[in-house]
Amino acid sequence: MKKIVVISGKGGTGKTIFTASLTDLIPGPIGIADCDVEAANLALLLEHVDVRSRPFSGLEKARIIQDLCVGCGLCSINCRFDAIECQDGEYIVDPVHCEGCGVCMDICPEKAIVMEPMRDGTIYLSRTSKGLMSHAELCAGSGTSGLLVDQVKKEITGEMRDEKALIADGPPGIGCPTISAVSGMDAAVIVTEPSVSGLHDLERLVRMARGFDIRLFLVINKYDLEPGMSKKVGDYAATENIPVLGCVPFDPAVVDAVRKGIPPTRQDSPASQAIRSAYDKLAEMMELV
Amino acid sequence: MNIIVASGKGGTGKTLVAANLAYALSDQKEVLLVDCDVEEPNLHLFFPQGGYELPVTTPVPVFDTDRCTACGKCAEVCRYGAITVLKEPPPLFFEKLCHSCGGCEMICPEGAIHEEERAIGKIRFSNPRDNIILISGILNEGEVMAPKVIAAAKSYAGGHPTTILDASPGIACPVVEAMQGADYCILVTESTPFGLHDLALAESVTRCLGIPSGVIINRFSEEDDQVMDFCRSKDLPVLMTIPFDREIARIQNTGGLISEGMPAYREKFADLFSRVTSAGGFSK
Amino acid sequence: MKVCITSKGPGPDDMMEERFGRAPFFIFFDTESEELNAVENPFASGAGGVGPRAAQVLIDNGAKSVVTGNVGGNALGALRAAGISIYFLRESGTVKAAFQQFKDGKLTKAF
Repeated sequence: MKKIVVISGKGGTGKTIFTASLTDLIPGPIGIADCDVEAANLALLLEHVDVRSRPFSGLEKARIIQDLCVGCGLCSINCRFDAIECQDGEYIVDPVHCEGCGVCMDICPEKAIVMEPMRDGTIYLSRTSKGLMSHAELCAGSGTSGLLVDQVKKEITGEMRDEKALIADGPPGIGCPTISAVSGMDAAVIVTEPSVSGLHDLERLVRMARGFDIRLFLVINKYDLEPGMSKKVGDYAATENIPVLGCVPFDPAVVDAVRKGIPPTRQDSPASQAIRSAYDKLAEMMELV
Repeated sequence: MNIIVASGKGGTGKTLVAANLAYALSDQKEVLLVDCDVEEPNLHLFFPQGGYELPVTTPVPVFDTDRCTACGKCAEVCRYGAITVLKEPPPLFFEKLCHSCGGCEMICPEGAIHEEERAIGKIRFSNPRDNIILISGILNEGEVMAPKVIAAAKSYAGGHPTTILDASPGIACPVVEAMQGADYCILVTESTPFGLHDLALAESVTRCLGIPSGVIINRFSEEDDQVMDFCRSKDLPVLMTIPFDREIARIQNTGGLISEGMPAYREKFADLFSRVTSAGGFSK
Repeated sequence: MKVCITSKGPGPDDMMEERFGRAPFFIFFDTESEELNAVENPFASGAGGVGPRAAQVLIDNGAKSVVTGNVGGNALGALRAAGISIYFLRESGTVKAAFQQFKDGKLTKAF
C-alpha cells in the first residue's frame, strides 16, 4: 500500500483540490483521510455517505471538585498557564488555558483535583465512490490537533484491507498537525503557489520534511499568475532535488468545479489536463498501478 | 483599538488585509502591526527591513547527575513524555515535548532538578515605514509552543492605542491565544464553498469568545450569495469585498501593497478602519 | 533475557502492532522460560510524547530488545540510550510468530 500525503506550508495553495483530484484519478479502491482537522474541506468535493462518527478526547484537563476544595489557592499560585482563578469565592479551572500538566493535582493537599478527558472533537468515517474516507472536526481552541490527525489516520487505516493506496489531505503549516500527517507516509506532494509567501513557507516546510524518511514532490499551482516567481520556485526545487510533477495554470473552471462540489478532473479544462499529467508523473515515479 | 485579522481557511488574504489596513492607517496615526502567525510569519515580506530580535524562552529542567538517584518520579509526573529515566542518572530529556509546567522540579525528592531558560522562538521589531512598527513572532522550526511566542509578541504590543494582529489560519489554540483581548475581529474569507465552510467555523470561535466581528470577502464573485447569506443570517457586517483581479494578485504575489499600487484601495482600507471603529460597524 | 513485542492485543495469538509509541499492548517474552507478560499501554492515546513514555515502560520492565514496525525519533533516542536493541518486523503476523522469528535469529538488528 502506498501512502501519500498532500501538504503545502502556506494555506490556500490548492491542497484540497489537488487531493480530491488524486482520489478521482487513482484506481480504486483506496483509503482517504482528511487530515486538515481545523478546516476539513475534502468532504465538500467528494460525494459521500456517512458510516459512523465518534467523539474524540485529547489532552486530559484539570477539574476541581468543589466539595473537597478548602480554598487554599495553592493550585492557582503554582499554575504556570494562569488557568486557575478564584471566581465568586470558588477556584475554577479554565479549560481553554489548562495545558493538562497535572501540577495542580499533584500539589493539592486535599486531593480535590482530578484530570479528566475533554471533548476535543469528532471523527467521522464515510464511504465515497472510491473507498472509505475519514475526517474530523476539532473543537475551537483545542490544542490537540496533532493527536486528532493521528486518530483520523488510524480511523481509516484500521478499516483498510486490500486497498492499494492511502491518500491524505494534509493541514497547512509546519506544526504538530503537519508532523503528525507526514509521519509514516511514503511520499508527500507539496502544492505551492508562486508568491513570496508561498516560497518562504515552502522552504520552511521542506526543512521540516527532511526530518522524515519521505519522498517529496512539488506541484506549482496557478503558475501563470506570476511566471517570475514560478521560476524561482522551480529553481529552488531543483537545488533541493525535488521533482516537479507539474505546473497547473490558473483556471476559473476549478472554482466552478468546487462550487459544483466535484473534483476539477471531472470536467475537461486546462487545469484538469495539467493535474492529470502531474498525476501520471506521480503514478510513474511511485509505481501506483 | 486592538483589531485581529483571522480566518478559518488558509490563504484567504489575512496578511493582505492586515498589511494594507496598517499601511492605509499609517497616514493618520502610528500603527503597531503584530504578526501572530508564528509558524509561518509573512508580514515582514511586505515590509522588509532589518530590525532587532529578542529571544522567546521557556523554562526547562536541568538535571544534576550527582544528586539524581534515577528514582523515576520526574518521568512519572511528566504528562508529556519529556523525561525518560534510565538505569543510571541523568534522565533523558526531550526538550521539544516539555511544556514548562515545573512539575518535575517540584517533585524531585533529591532536589536534583533546577530550571533554565531555553529559546523556542524570537520576536523581531522593526520600523519599516513612517508610523508603522512591525512586531513579528517567530516560532523556531520543530517547536510546538506557538501560544507562548504569540503571547510574547502581544505583550510587547500591549498598551498601544492602535494595534492590528495577523493570526494564523484555523481555530486551534494559537488562534484563540491571538484573538483573546481583541476589540474587533475581521474574518477574511473567499467566495467558495471552502471559504463559507471555514468562515462558519471561525465565526463560532469569535462568538464563543464574545468578540464583535465583521467579514471581508476576498476573490469575491457576484454569483456567490452563499457567503453573503451566511453573514446576513449571523448578523455579520460585510465590511468589504475584494474582487478577483489579476493586478491585485500580481501585487500581492510579489510582496507589494495594493494600497500603494492601486490608490483606490488606500481609501477603501482607510474607510474600513472607520467602519470598524464606529459603533456597530456596517449595518445591513 | 526479555524481548518486547508490540501487539494489538494481550495474547500470543493477537496480531503484532507496527507502531511503537501507540501500540495498545507490550508483550514481554522471556527467551529462556518462554513465559510471557502482557502490559497494556496506558499512553496509547496520549496527546504527545508517547514514544519516550512507551520506552519508559520497556525500561521499567527490563526489556533488552524490542520487535516492532517503526519507531519515531524521540522513542529511538530513548531506546538507544537505554541500550535496548531494536528489530523491525513489518509483515502482519501473530505476536507468537514474531517471537519465534526473533528466537530463531531470523530478524536483523536495526539499532
